[in-house]
Amino acid sequence: MDLTLIVIQCLNGMQLGVLLFLLASGLTLTFGIMDFVNLAHGSLYMIGAFLSATLTFWTGSFVWGVLLALPLTALAGIAVELIVARHLYSRDHLDHVLATFGLILCIDTLVHMIWGPDGIAVPLPDYLNGQVELFSGIIFPSFRLLILAAGLLVAAGLYYLVNYTRIGMLIRAGASNRTMVSALGIDIQTLFTLVFAVGAVLAGFAGMLIAPITEASIGMGNEIIITAFVVIIVGGIGSMKGAFIAAMLIGLIDTLGRSYIDDLFKVVMSTEAAETAAPAVSAMLIYILMAVVLVFRPQGLFPPKVR
Amino acid sequence: MSLTTIVTFGILALLAIVPPLAKFAGYAFYLDLATRLVCLAIAAVSLNLILGYGGLVSFGHAAYIGIGAYAVGIPAHHAFDDSFPVIASQNGLFHILLAVGVSALFALITGALCLRTRGVYFIMITMAFSQMVFFLFVSMETYGGDDGLTIYNRSELPLVSLDNALTLYFACYAILVASVYLVHRITNSRFGLALQGAKGNEARMKALGFNTYAYRLTAYVISGAMCGLAGALIGNFTTFISPEMIDWTRSGELMFMVILGGAGTLAGPVIGAVLFIGLEEILSGWTIYWHLPFGILLILTVLFFRGGIMGMVASWEARRRG
Repeated sequence: MDLTLIVIQCLNGMQLGVLLFLLASGLTLTFGIMDFVNLAHGSLYMIGAFLSATLTFWTGSFVWGVLLALPLTALAGIAVELIVARHLYSRDHLDHVLATFGLILCIDTLVHMIWGPDGIAVPLPDYLNGQVELFSGIIFPSFRLLILAAGLLVAAGLYYLVNYTRIGMLIRAGASNRTMVSALGIDIQTLFTLVFAVGAVLAGFAGMLIAPITEASIGMGNEIIITAFVVIIVGGIGSMKGAFIAAMLIGLIDTLGRSYIDDLFKVVMSTEAAETAAPAVSAMLIYILMAVVLVFRPQGLFPPKVR
Repeated sequence: MSLTTIVTFGILALLAIVPPLAKFAGYAFYLDLATRLVCLAIAAVSLNLILGYGGLVSFGHAAYIGIGAYAVGIPAHHAFDDSFPVIASQNGLFHILLAVGVSALFALITGALCLRTRGVYFIMITMAFSQMVFFLFVSMETYGGDDGLTIYNRSELPLVSLDNALTLYFACYAILVASVYLVHRITNSRFGLALQGAKGNEARMKALGFNTYAYRLTAYVISGAMCGLAGALIGNFTTFISPEMIDWTRSGELMFMVILGGAGTLAGPVIGAVLFIGLEEILSGWTIYWHLPFGILLILTVLFFRGGIMGMVASWEARRRG
């Protein structure tokens, strides 16, 4: 266990945290404002990854691929909002869960029909494919560093958008009392569509960032979306600050748990027992964390004040 | 007799007659299909107890199917291997006891935590706990991990042999009927009425002096145990179990069955399971892209067909009576 490795694992954990935040922020927006539970949010993550993969091949450039895929993902989000989500806002959460579950089946199949059953690897340009030396001896892949930077930048931008712009003001107002916002003459339907599109872009962007590492594949969103839900539960559903802190926490705990929990166990039990128990515990770690948080704070760590 | 009652008895009678007839007519495949259907119907009935009558949207019920299946698979695996004698057993009664017991215990522990939360938190937490079980089985290399576990010998029960397809079917069918009857008795008891009251207006039930938390937790444990039993049957039927059974999409499918047939009705989950398996069979025979029409149907059901089949039956009956 040397320090260099720990630092690198922390960076990996933060990179996972940033991706989780990109997903969780969209969930937070749609839940905070429309009171809408969107399981199909992970599908938008997948759509983003596939779109960027195709566009990267067409344009020959990863950067152009991402830049072109972002508005297309927004369109996909708007389509989902107009066709399905819009009709569900007045329903209860059970209906949201079931209908968006149906949506997952549809989108997964559509992606299968368009792109085929296999995953698509996304090539990176040379200048992103290398490694950089951060401090003496700490070498980190430059693309992962870019993910980290891009994610933090988006988080900052989102913070600014929500807290210091007119649209952000409307979003916050809509979250507190949507009837009142509507009564004040704001077109609440359009606001909802817009917020949904922003959430889609954030999720799609996360998919685009991860695609060069894991490749774009069907069902990729269905695994990470559960973790993103754990994030917003731990953070307190509807709280942007909570989502950010919980995303980082869970990213770090998951990554460090997978790397170090067997070493930790070996201190208190035999090597053999540690090697059996460690994978199970590290895979369950974030769920255990969630359970512990809920025992002490059933509303999550940072429950939003209104609601 | 009301139409709802006729439909309830009708669907159970059809399930008793049609699959064995199919088997005798030489379509053994349909008996297999019906066995899977009946097992899933038990799981859907158990989910309906808390979802339909209790208003508790559990999105993690597949966990109990997994626990039940592994409660058969793990002792059978050790019995086959001649290892770990404490748990190695082929005794079916032991398997069932283990499946029901562990499921009930898991439901008690997780339910005690989950029921502290409300609404969307509850949905997500039940789902997260089932993911926890999923990852637990994925990481247990001894029992196949991701690849799953083959059950070489089915549970050995006194008097009946589960290796006979028809016996296995009727064993599952008997348990389905027993489950439906149990839910019928529960929902008409004082306990069941209090549970339904808490769904309608929790504050009022509390003001009346009911400990709604205890009622809900009890129902949650009963439901989990029943679903665990369904899992034990599925393990015996498929003779191959894997963490994939616990995937959260499986929990979603169970919820779909309940809604499709009609939540909070006795026959609803059974009819839902029949429709679900039937549609799955027909659509997947047509095209490999069958999830698309299936998903669209699910969305349409939620948007326009909220009461499910039994809701339709009830409203038709109400109209006929004027």
